[in-house]
Order: sequence, then structure tokens, then C-alpha cells
Amino acid sequence: MTNGARPLQVSIKRNFAGRFLLDVSFNVGAGPGTVLVIFGPSGSGKTTVLRCLAGLESVDEGTIRFDGEAWSDTAGKVFVIPQKRNIGYVPQDYALFPHLSVRGNVEYGIPRARREAEGPWIDRLLLILGLTDLQQALPGSISGGQRQRVALARALARRPRLLLLDEPLSALDAPTRSVLRFELRRQLKQLDVPAVLVTHDWEDALGLGDQMIVLSGGRLLQSGSPLDILTKPENLAVASVVGVETVVPGRRVRRERGIAQVQVAGLNLWAADIDQPGDEVYVCIRAENVTLEIGSATKSSARNHLPGVLLGVVAAGPLMRVKVDVGFHVDALVTRQAVEDLDLKVGSPVGISIKATAIHLIPR
Amino acid sequence: MNWDAIFTSLRLASLTSLILLVLSLPLAAWLAFSRWRWRFLIESVVALPLVLPPTVLGFYILTAMGSRSPLGRWYADLIGSPLPFTFEGLVFASVIYSLPFAVQPMASSFAAVDRNLVEVSWTLGISRLATFFRLILPSAKNGVVTALVLTFAHTIGEFGVVLMVGGNIEGVTRTVSIDIYDQVQDLNYAAASRTSLVLLLFSFIVLAVVYSLNRNSPLWPTLRKR
Repeated sequence: MTNGARPLQVSIKRNFAGRFLLDVSFNVGAGPGTVLVIFGPSGSGKTTVLRCLAGLESVDEGTIRFDGEAWSDTAGKVFVIPQKRNIGYVPQDYALFPHLSVRGNVEYGIPRARREAEGPWIDRLLLILGLTDLQQALPGSISGGQRQRVALARALARRPRLLLLDEPLSALDAPTRSVLRFELRRQLKQLDVPAVLVTHDWEDALGLGDQMIVLSGGRLLQSGSPLDILTKPENLAVASVVGVETVVPGRRVRRERGIAQVQVAGLNLWAADIDQPGDEVYVCIRAENVTLEIGSATKSSARNHLPGVLLGVVAAGPLMRVKVDVGFHVDALVTRQAVEDLDLKVGSPVGISIKATAIHLIPR
Repeated sequence: MNWDAIFTSLRLASLTSLILLVLSLPLAAWLAFSRWRWRFLIESVVALPLVLPPTVLGFYILTAMGSRSPLGRWYADLIGSPLPFTFEGLVFASVIYSLPFAVQPMASSFAAVDRNLVEVSWTLGISRLATFFRLILPSAKNGVVTALVLTFAHTIGEFGVVLMVGGNIEGVTRTVSIDIYDQVQDLNYAAASRTSLVLLLFSFIVLAVVYSLNRNSPLWPTLRKR
């Protein structure tokens, strides 16, 4: 927990016409400038949780408390309306008011009597978010990235205690997204407001989050730091939600000094050991941690070298995703140049190497 | 040209539009946002003048205004003279007759305002009422203008209800459409054709204005969208 962190305590249940049950509890410290990521696939209930925090959705049962104040408490019949929660809310499509200028949008929540006094703060906000020159523009005439910043400025103008962001980058194209992800991180740190951010993109989660909870099917699967969750998912469900490419069942046969020997499809692998009594495990390997090698094994610090056959190559953004059969199927991410240099073709023999620390075990 | 009749029609249409603006804003807002399960009953009542023959509507309004009904007696006691066959009675009838033409465009334009915008407004500390005036009404202004124009035009064109409720009193309740009827009855086809042409041009201009305002948001969304 960061200094000055405000506790956010959530324990809510909500039934959607019997089809979908949301049942989520978590407890985090929302420090100034820290970002809690709610991560999950579509339909996991993550947006509903955010809307409950905003007071736009009611809960069937449970409590939401922020900084010692009950926002929602079904037992105590407490429900604070969105107007009184002092939050900044940025919905997925930004929802800028089309009839107001950029400045009009940003000032919308500030009472007319206070507009003059708050002028310098609004100016500073516009400056930080790079909107100074766009003040008079109408939302229809600016780019997606600019709209995202206007929505952020509008949410921050009233100096909220908590910022709620619903997929703030998903409406943007991929190159803009990666630039703005970095920018958003910097702006959130600079503006010192704790934020809760909903996303299904693990690059967003890694790039923006300080803490993270993973939701799937209305349940909380795991919480922790984004990097820990992405590299060390606690169970199969998390591994599949965060998109670990290779997950295969195995059996631990030996343990020594933090390293475990695991048998997978008759092969021996070395993996980072986990403190778990059972020996039945799942072996998780992220594609970016797999290196391809051609010919006889070269000298490297990697503990695992496996010969195999190339099954296929597909584009994965700027990189290429390569599938190799080494007795089980392993995905690897390599550059286009590497595919050309190694003259990779379907059916050609190719080896893989993986560091023991890059192989994560999940109890089965 | 009977300028008295034209003046009566314009006065009637203006007053009716003004009264309906005040009445329809809250009614349309309620219809657009209410989640009451029996809301459709109110919608049906509001739409009744669309389907009832004007004579039926006129008959009920006349009966309601008459000295045997509580409303008619209350009005007569208050003002000192009964409602039927007066200009005020005609205004009352026109307000009811044109109600759906005011309420429906407003309600559908209010309902068409993006729900996300409304929710963001709430999270920015703006009350539901203030959100209506600062966000929903400006976003739906075409719908409100459409409602006014349609009400005005519809009132100019009403015939059956006016005849039932207002009678045909020169300078008081004789409107343009009734004037044309009279002219035809008198076999004065030249005058009837002149007045009719004026009404035809007027109606066309009104509709052109309405449809040009609604180029991006269809006037009858249920008919056009599917």
C-alpha cells in the first residue's frame, strides 16, 4: 500500500435475470496515482463492477465502501447516488457532450459560480492533457485520442477522489493505443488521483496497473501485481484468461533448490518450483519466453532444450507466432527477420529453448 | 380571402402550440424515461386523438365542457360563461386534439439521447433535473422544434373537432378550414380554391422545414429504422 492510500472495500452480488451471477469481493488500498486494474474477458462482469462503483448500477446484496464511507450497503439500506460519490467516470466510448466545446465539456461539472475561480485549474488540466489548443473545438471534429483526453480532463475537473476508467484505450487503433498507454500512465501519476481501470488487454494491464484483479464469469480468480498474475497465474482459469499460450499437464518428479523437474509427454523439463504439496501440475509457458534454435544446441543459460518440428507460422502484430511440436505443442514469438534468417518452413526441424524460470507451474 | 378566419386560425394555432410546449415537456420526459410497468396505458391515452374520428373526439370534448359535466360547471362558475362555442373552448379542444403531435416527437427525441451521456452527467454531480435542461433538452432540440411545428400545422388544419366544439361563429371560432367548407357550400369555388391553395402551400412549407430538421434523426423512427 502506498502512503495515503484510501481503502476500497467491495463485496457485491448481483443477479442478471438468473443467467449471470456476479459475486465479487476485494479489498485494496487506492493510493494517490495508483491504478487498480480489473482484468477479464468480455462478459466477465468487469464493467458491471465499475458501474457499481460509479453508482450507475445497483447491487442485489453487499457493500461498497471507499475511504471509510459506505457508498452502497444493502443491509443498511445505504445507496449513495452517482452525483454524491465525487468520482470521475470515463465510459468506454468517452461519451463527450456533442453540443459543447472541449472546454464546455471539461467545465460541465463545475457550477457556474465557481468557473472563474477554477479557471487556472482547468487551464492546467488542459495543458497537462495537451488540449489547450483544442478548447473551442467540438467533440465531433477531434481525433479518438484527443477525445479520450477530453473525457479524462472532464472526469478530473471536479478533483474526484477516485477515477473510474472503462477500457480507456480500446476505442483507439493499435499504434495510437501504445503511445497513449504510456501517456495515460504518466498523466495518472502526475495528477495523483487513484484510479480503477477496466480492461481485457494484458498490455494495458501491464502498462498501466499497479494492482490487478482478474474476473471471469462474475467471479474473482486472482489478485496481485499485474506482472505476477501474467507470469504466474494461480490456476488454469487465470492462465486461460490472461492468455498463456502453452498450458500442458505434467507431473513433478524431483525438486531441488527452487527448481522442479517435471515430466510432460515423456519429456523432462526444468521449471520454477512452487510451494504446493501435490505433484500433478499444469506447465505454463508464455510464447515470448520461448527461443528458437536451429541445428545442434548452442551454449546458453537456458535449462530446457527440446528438439521439435515446425507446425506453422502466423503473424501476431509486428511479430510472428510459431507453433512447434516437441512432443506437445509450444508457441513461440519471434521477429519476422528471424523467420527469414532461420529459413523456417512447415515440417522443418527446429529446436526450442526455455529458461527454467520462464516455466510456471500450476497445481492440477 | 377571409382574413378574419385566417387570423382566428393563426391565433388558435399559436396558443395551442404554446400551451402544448409547457404541457408536453414534462409529459414527454416522463414517457421517455419512466420504467413504470403501466406506462403503455398513458402512451395509449396520449395517442388516442391520432386514431379517433374528430367527431367522436369533438363529441366527448363538447360533453365534457357542457353544463352537465363537473368540468363544464366548474369553468362556468369560475369565468361566468360556459366553454362550448367560444374561442377558449376551441383552444381546450385543440390542445387535446394535437397532444400526440407534441408529445411523440419530444418523447422519441428525449429517448434517443445516448444513455452514456446522461450517466456521465450524473457522475459529474449534475442532478437528474439539471441534466434534463443542460444535456437532454439541447440534444433533443430538433425534436422539440418538430413538435411545435407539427402542433401548429395540425391545429391550422383541424376541421371536425372545431366544427363540433366551436360551431361556426364569424371572427370567434370560424377557422380557415371551416371557411373553405362554407365557401364550397355557397358554391363559391374561386374563393375556396384560393384559400385551399394557401393552406396547401403552408402545409408543404411546414413539412419541408420539419423534415429538413430531422434529416439525421428520422421523424417516425419506428417506421424508418426497420
